[in-house]
Amino acid sequence: MSAHTEATTGPMEYRTQEGRMNILGFWIFLGAEIALFATIFATYAVMIGRTADAPPPQELFSLPITLLMTFLLLTSSFTCGIAINEMRRGSKNGLLLWMGMTLVLGLGFLGLEIYEFEHLVHEGASISSAAYWSAFFTLTGTHGLHVTVGLGWGILLLIQLYQRGITPRTASKFFIFGLYWHFLDVVWIFVYTVVYLLGMVG
Amino acid sequence: MEAFLDFFFGEFLVTGQPLIYGAMVSIALGSITVIAVLTYFKAWGWLWREYITSVDHKKIGIMYIIAAIVMFVRGGIDAMMMRIQTSLPGMTFLDSQHYNEIFTTHGTIMIIFMAMPFLIGLMNFAVPLQIGARDVAFPFFNNLSFWSFAFGLALFNISFIIGGSPDAGWTNYAPMAGAELNPGPAINYYLLGLQLSGIGTLGTGINFIVTILKMRAPGITMMRLPIFTWSTLITALIIVFAFPILTVALALMTLDRIFGAKLFTLAGEGMPMMWANLFWLWGHPEVYIVILPAFGIFSEVISTFARKQLFGYKAMVYAMVIIALLSFLVWVHHFFTMGAGGGVNSFFSITTMLIAVPTGVKIFNWLGTMYRGRITFETPMLWALAFIPNFVIGGVTGVMLAMAAADYQYHNTYFLVAHFHYVLIAGTVFGCFSGLIFWYPKMFGHKLNEKLGKIFFWLFMIGFNVCFLPMYFLGFAGMPRRTYTIEPEWMPLSLTATAGAFMMAAGFAVFVYSIYYSFRYAERETQGDSWGVGRTLDWATATPIPFYNFATLPEFDSKDAYVGMKDKGETTYDKSKVEEIHMPSNSGLPFFMMLALFIASFGLVWEWFWMAIPGLIMFFIVMGIRSFDYNEGFHVSTKEIHEIEQAARGEDSK
Amino acid sequence: MSSHSESRFPIKHLIGYIASIVLTGAAAWIALGTELPMGWIVAGIMALAIIQAGIQLFMFMHITETDSGGIQLGNMIYAFGIAGIIVLGSIWVMSFGYHDHGTDGGGSETEEHGGDH
Repeated sequence: MSAHTEATTGPMEYRTQEGRMNILGFWIFLGAEIALFATIFATYAVMIGRTADAPPPQELFSLPITLLMTFLLLTSSFTCGIAINEMRRGSKNGLLLWMGMTLVLGLGFLGLEIYEFEHLVHEGASISSAAYWSAFFTLTGTHGLHVTVGLGWGILLLIQLYQRGITPRTASKFFIFGLYWHFLDVVWIFVYTVVYLLGMVG
Repeated sequence: MEAFLDFFFGEFLVTGQPLIYGAMVSIALGSITVIAVLTYFKAWGWLWREYITSVDHKKIGIMYIIAAIVMFVRGGIDAMMMRIQTSLPGMTFLDSQHYNEIFTTHGTIMIIFMAMPFLIGLMNFAVPLQIGARDVAFPFFNNLSFWSFAFGLALFNISFIIGGSPDAGWTNYAPMAGAELNPGPAINYYLLGLQLSGIGTLGTGINFIVTILKMRAPGITMMRLPIFTWSTLITALIIVFAFPILTVALALMTLDRIFGAKLFTLAGEGMPMMWANLFWLWGHPEVYIVILPAFGIFSEVISTFARKQLFGYKAMVYAMVIIALLSFLVWVHHFFTMGAGGGVNSFFSITTMLIAVPTGVKIFNWLGTMYRGRITFETPMLWALAFIPNFVIGGVTGVMLAMAAADYQYHNTYFLVAHFHYVLIAGTVFGCFSGLIFWYPKMFGHKLNEKLGKIFFWLFMIGFNVCFLPMYFLGFAGMPRRTYTIEPEWMPLSLTATAGAFMMAAGFAVFVYSIYYSFRYAERETQGDSWGVGRTLDWATATPIPFYNFATLPEFDSKDAYVGMKDKGETTYDKSKVEEIHMPSNSGLPFFMMLALFIASFGLVWEWFWMAIPGLIMFFIVMGIRSFDYNEGFHVSTKEIHEIEQAARGEDSK
Repeated sequence: MSSHSESRFPIKHLIGYIASIVLTGAAAWIALGTELPMGWIVAGIMALAIIQAGIQLFMFMHITETDSGGIQLGNMIYAFGIAGIIVLGSIWVMSFGYHDHGTDGGGSETEEHGGDH
């Protein structure tokens, strides 16, 4: 049995069988996440136009805020990529710095999202006002919840990095976190396109 | 205080039903007995160390199967009560509300808490053994999956004494299940119980995909995998992509009911039919989740007891792959009568009928395997043989239902009820029995008594046909599904069905007795190949199976790995090749993680946020603890391996 | 496994980042700055979104690395296929098939959905 073939070269996160399997398992989990978000997108698409007595999205969405949120998240995905690159170079400080930046950008995104939600509710569009708005808040809220979980997770990992440095185990954890974070960006691109852009076109 | 008592006896506990009082008393007595026995034998520590915290796939598998059998009894009692109520016109055994609750819990429990865990239990037990692995890819996660399922089961099942059972059918259609028409906690139990157990199912799916792809022993290539392992892989793939759909559907209805969303409501331009759409987008793949592993079991059993390699192995694999793909393209056939246009209904009619093709291929493969085989009729084989004709009846009536225009005639009648019981019982349940009896000696070190097994088989199989065959004709006679009283003209056939149900129950009682009888009197297994004709690696291990499964493994170069080993005189214990083995440690964290989610879910059921939020916080705290857990497992020394193997193989340790 | 002598300046990431910013702007311009017919807008910006998803997967997420690369890629392709079935299938079925929305997945918002059924 060669279940535990350990490599001594190559990126840290792939060196143990456990690390490699965790990463593959997470990829498969991302497949499940795609099905999950697709179902919410389907619900959203079916509910388009069903605003009942609430205001329609064209009147409420604002392009500048949307673009700013998108910009923050795209940039955080970029800095996250750099962080993993730093990790592979073996730079603990580089990883700390860029990953920290990623989390700060994510926090900024979340702040804007909360601000936007508050604005929408103030204008009479809440989760309970009509089918369309229920679907809208479910979709963007699920994404926002994922970002929130990501922030908490990222902070825990940074503490572990500080304690243990870059080892095969911390490296595979960070790599997986990176996958998660990039994936949230992929989802957001579709939210941006389907919800905001098409919502503004009407 | 008075207000509290009013709430406690008025809403919290279900009162006023003699049957439920009886159930409460029997649950209380049962719990006291179990607690007393465990305390008397000082078994709490043992239970915690050996099972509750165990990451051993074999023990997790056994726990799944035990839970599934208990749920089979619960769902079976529901079924018997329904059969009694509908045996004669004008019966007052159950009132309509109670009847609604019972058909709802019967369906939900049999699919979610009986069929799936039974099969997942068998997968857990057999698949790592069949591929020559020491455990699954993520053992910690496997334990977590089990506890998520177990707490989901607990949450769903307490509903009938605390708060009331869900009553909108296992399909839980909106707007019937919405907050306007169905206030109170009942439907919330359905939503959150399934949500909680769904997490575990998804985890199992991911776990088995990675296990099968990455942990095969050297030489066991994909095209040499035992067919049960293949069926597990395909099933896991369907789970991974279907269960998130259920997760979302349940979450959306939870939002509707608890947070005032308007997705499936009549108000606010919601779309009730969207629930049906999402439910069946998951629900149809779910049907294949519970049938494909059963197909895998039948393939193993038939090839073993026909003493032949499986006929058309590749065709079998491709057939399953095609079924998996098509399973996502047929969901609308569950609601042809929604009123969609001809284009929609025709499309889904055709895709549905297409599924019959790969399924037919598999039937011929089983027949081909038996052709010119030297067949013996042990009980696992009897179940497999009975499966073929009975399942074909269910399959053919399925094709009848697949024709959208004709479906307008059959839908919501007993014809449909008969159809899906023919596929689910003859397919899934026969498969579970066959697999359990087949692997029982590897699990518990002794076989189940063959004579009692045969009595069980004949009673159950004949009872099944007496029960469900008349239902096709009741359907033609216009008897609607889910009706709680019957018209006089349906009585003869309906009464016959009830008689059949009692036969099935009698058969099952024989089975339960045979567990006890065999535990007391059966001969203990002394060697690994219990049936003497094993073909796959699971039979190559010693009995009882060492916790690390395999001390050593040879290099494989053909299908049916153990047949090759027997030919060459190889075993899983080659003294010269023994090395230290690395194994994962047990953990109590999954239990507490899921306990926290159970508390949170119970709070949500009652819309008690003071309970739900702390539960959720507790869950995240345990997650955090897990994140800082860098346990590396432990190593088994070569000395210990030699001792274990020699004891198991009856050799003197030197 | 390719050799990983990661450079100090990861040019691949920078290109990916700039490309995604440009594509985001382009999508906004197509949707709000042009007078194209609705169908074209939907098709155009959905295509841009899919390209951006590809950028994340291939340039940031190292999807093809290790001997599991094929599995990972196949899994993602399958997942996107299932996603398409879920979204387009739901839109089609929930329109009851009475009016054809085409296959772009987003062209339904101009239609009145509140029709009787």
